[in-house]
This record gives sequence, structure tokens and C-alpha cells, in this order.
Amino acid sequence: MNSVNQAFQNLSFADIEVGQKLPGLDIDVTTELVVAGAMASRDYQDVHHNKANAQKLGSKDIFMNILTTNGLVGRYITDWTGPLAVLRKVNIKLGAPNFPGEVMKLSGKVTDKSEQDGQSLVEISVAGKNSMGNHVTGTVVVALPQDSMPKE
Amino acid sequence: MSDQNNNSENKELEALMAETIGVKIGPHKSWDPVNQPMIRHWAEAMDDKNPRYTDPEFAAGTEEGSIIAPPTMLQAWTMRGASWKHAPGTKERAADQPYVLDILDDHGYIGVVAVNCDQEYFRNLVPGDDISHYMEIEGISEQKQTGLGVGYFVTELWTFVDQNDEKVGEMRFRLLKFCPPKEAPKAASKPAVESDDKPKKALRPRPGMNKDTRFFWEGLKEGKLLIQRCTSCQTLRHPPTPMCPSCRSLERDAVEASGKGVIHSYVNMHHPDLPAFDASPNPVALVELEEGTRLVAGLIGIEPEDVRIGLPVQAEITQCDDELALALFRPVSEK
Repeated sequence: MNSVNQAFQNLSFADIEVGQKLPGLDIDVTTELVVAGAMASRDYQDVHHNKANAQKLGSKDIFMNILTTNGLVGRYITDWTGPLAVLRKVNIKLGAPNFPGEVMKLSGKVTDKSEQDGQSLVEISVAGKNSMGNHVTGTVVVALPQDSMPKE
Repeated sequence: MSDQNNNSENKELEALMAETIGVKIGPHKSWDPVNQPMIRHWAEAMDDKNPRYTDPEFAAGTEEGSIIAPPTMLQAWTMRGASWKHAPGTKERAADQPYVLDILDDHGYIGVVAVNCDQEYFRNLVPGDDISHYMEIEGISEQKQTGLGVGYFVTELWTFVDQNDEKVGEMRFRLLKFCPPKEAPKAASKPAVESDDKPKKALRPRPGMNKDTRFFWEGLKEGKLLIQRCTSCQTLRHPPTPMCPSCRSLERDAVEASGKGVIHSYVNMHHPDLPAFDASPNPVALVELEEGTRLVAGLIGIEPEDVRIGLPVQAEITQCDDELALALFRPVSEK
């Protein structure tokens, strides 16, 4: 018997409609987040933790690394679907940097539903926008259970 | 330098680069197998509360029967970390093996910027999985003129395999190597300012305001949508002007509009995508008020694809920020 975490909904394939919008998620980009994300992804490029060096390279501050952006996009999707979904593809295009002090507003919209190789796949277009424009745009494909409840 | 020379130089460079395509380098080994502490650290950094990553009790009931690594963590396992070294067992690129990024550096294309990162996951990783990756150059574009300078787009294909040499994931990483323009580029963003880590919100553009139009904006701040009226002939007009186009009188006052109107025309603005506007694309209408004048205004409470000419709308005076109030229009549900 599964104890489904109460904080998550568990969306199934049938629950989802093409064109449906995801609830937004605002990410406060802080120095802590940029550094914690870089360290968790074992990315020790100095532009992700050393402000003075980042400024020498013409940047105004340290900025978020790509792996953290990936992680946040993945989280945005599974926060919405619930933990029974399985991420299959995360394709992102990078734009304006995420500096500490920015708020990245994540939004998403379901763009496709399909059944392939026994999997029920949902495609979602995602954008994460900060005060300078889109930090990230992309497409995520997630496999969802057919039914609302996990198999017992 | 003549174009001819340029062309032959490009041909030479492109021939050098072409030799690097399809050469598979690796494996690059992980320091540690997939493990709970690194997963927890990641989930904590991302504030990702998915119980599949950190709650063994919940995870016991899932397909894997155990916790899984966040799929987006794929690349983290084989990262070199603070030592800048891959784990033992790694086969690095041979010193004499030409590498496209080095070749481009040598030819003055010293700038680099990541453009795309496309990841695909073939199965969920569980603790104990031992991940390695191989990397090859999959493609190199023709020379491109970009906003950053002349350059080449290079696509790397990373293949991730497990302890059984089975493919578990793939990543296409596309970057631009460019030749920075001669004059030092201005810093990409505004001049360095102390960031105070406080979230900020981009503001909508300020309206142009003068003596003739001030009443309109002041009215909005008081929650009123005003229309200018000629006090000589009573004709209403918008936008505000000093002289009545009907009788040429300079005498005028303003009346408050009901805020009821219909969409006379509209656009859904796709580009540029401005940070102050939440909707993308951003629906903007020319609204014909029931009093007869028309004004340009943003639409709220409607999907861009649902906007129609003739749709009844109602003004909603909205305080956008401390200084700016605007009349935005919301569709009226048709009974």
C-alpha cells in the first residue's frame, strides 16, 4: 500500500488536457540557491560561487549554473504532476542569467499528449522568466500513470 | 583582409574541425555510485520535496522499490568536482587528439556561451548505479553571424551508461564559440550594483504624460476611467488632445466612463517577451467603450487564443505598482 504524500496531487494521463496551463512557481534566486545548486551538482566553476571572479568576467554577480536550472525545471513539473510521474526528457534553451536578487517565474502549458511504447506521455512547454527576460525556455516530456492511483 | 582570404581561412578551419566529429571520448567515471546523501543534498538545494527522492518508505511502493535519483541530476554523477579530476578508470582524450573547442580558441573564437541542453532519460537511477559518460562532437554549424559576434555552434553528444554498459541517458549540449567584437563589449547587464538578494519585479513601462494627458492618468489613480469632452459641442474624444477635432474649441473637461465596451480589434504580442507582463503572448486590445471612444488596453482573464472581435469587456482599474494605475479589460461572461 502506498502512502501518497498529501502535499502532492497525483495527476494521471486522463486528468490532463492539451492547452492546460500549469500553476506558476516563483523561485527567489538567492546567493544560497546559486551556490547550493552549483555544489549539489559538483560544478565548481568560479562564476557560480565567487562574485569577484564573476565580475572580472563582466558579469554583475555570480549566476545560476545550467544543472540547477535543469533541476528546477524538473522540480516544477513533478511538483505539479506528483511523484508518480517519470521525467523522460528535459530540453532547455538558455537566455538571461539568473543573478541573486532575481525572481524566476516559472510557467508551463501542456502542448501534447501521446501513447508511445506503452507509455502515456505528456509534453509541456516551460518558461522561466526573470526581470531581464526568459532565463530558460524549453520542453519537458513526462510519463504519467493511466489511472489516478498507483498500483497496489 | 579580403573575403577570398577569409573564405580560404574558414575552409581550412572547418576542415580541421570536421576531423573532430564523431570521435567518442571516455569513459568518464563517477567518483561515487548513485547514493542517497548526494540525492538529498540536491533535493535540498532545489527545494524538491518529491518523496521518491528522499522517502524510502514511500519509494518502497514505487516501480523501482527504492528511492531514485532526480533524473535531472544525470550529469552531476560524473562531474569532476573541486579536484577537477575524473575518477580513476577514466579514459581522457589523448593529448594529440584534436578537439574542436581548442581549435576554435586557437583561431580567435575565444568566447563561449551555452545555448541548449537537451536531456533524455531511459531509466531512473537508483542507489548503487555506477554511472560513466562518453562524449563526442555530433555536429558543427556553418559559420554564423550572431548577436555576440561571428561564431560556430557546436553540439556535443554525451552518452551516460551504467555498470553494465547499458545506456541510461543522453544529453545534447549545444554551445556557441564566438569571436568577440574588437571593442570591449559592454557588460552584459547593468553596471555592477550591490545585489541585496531581495526579489524585485520588473515594472511596466511608464506612460508618456503631458499637460493635455495628465488628467487621464491621474483619473486612473483615483480609480476612474475618464474620457475627454469638448465643453463647446459635447463631443467625446480619446486620446486626449488640446483641440476638439469637431468644432476646434479649446474648452474641455472630462467625464467618467462606465468601463463597458467591446473588443474592436486586438493583437497577441509574442515578441519581445517583456518581463513586466505575465502573459506570453500578451493580449492587447483596441476597446470601443459604450460611450463611443476607443482606447488601447491590456486584456486580463482571457487566454490569447480566446480573444475575439466583438467580445464584451469591462474595465478593471488596476494598480500595477506604486506609481502606475491602468485600465485593463476583462471579458464579461455572456449570459
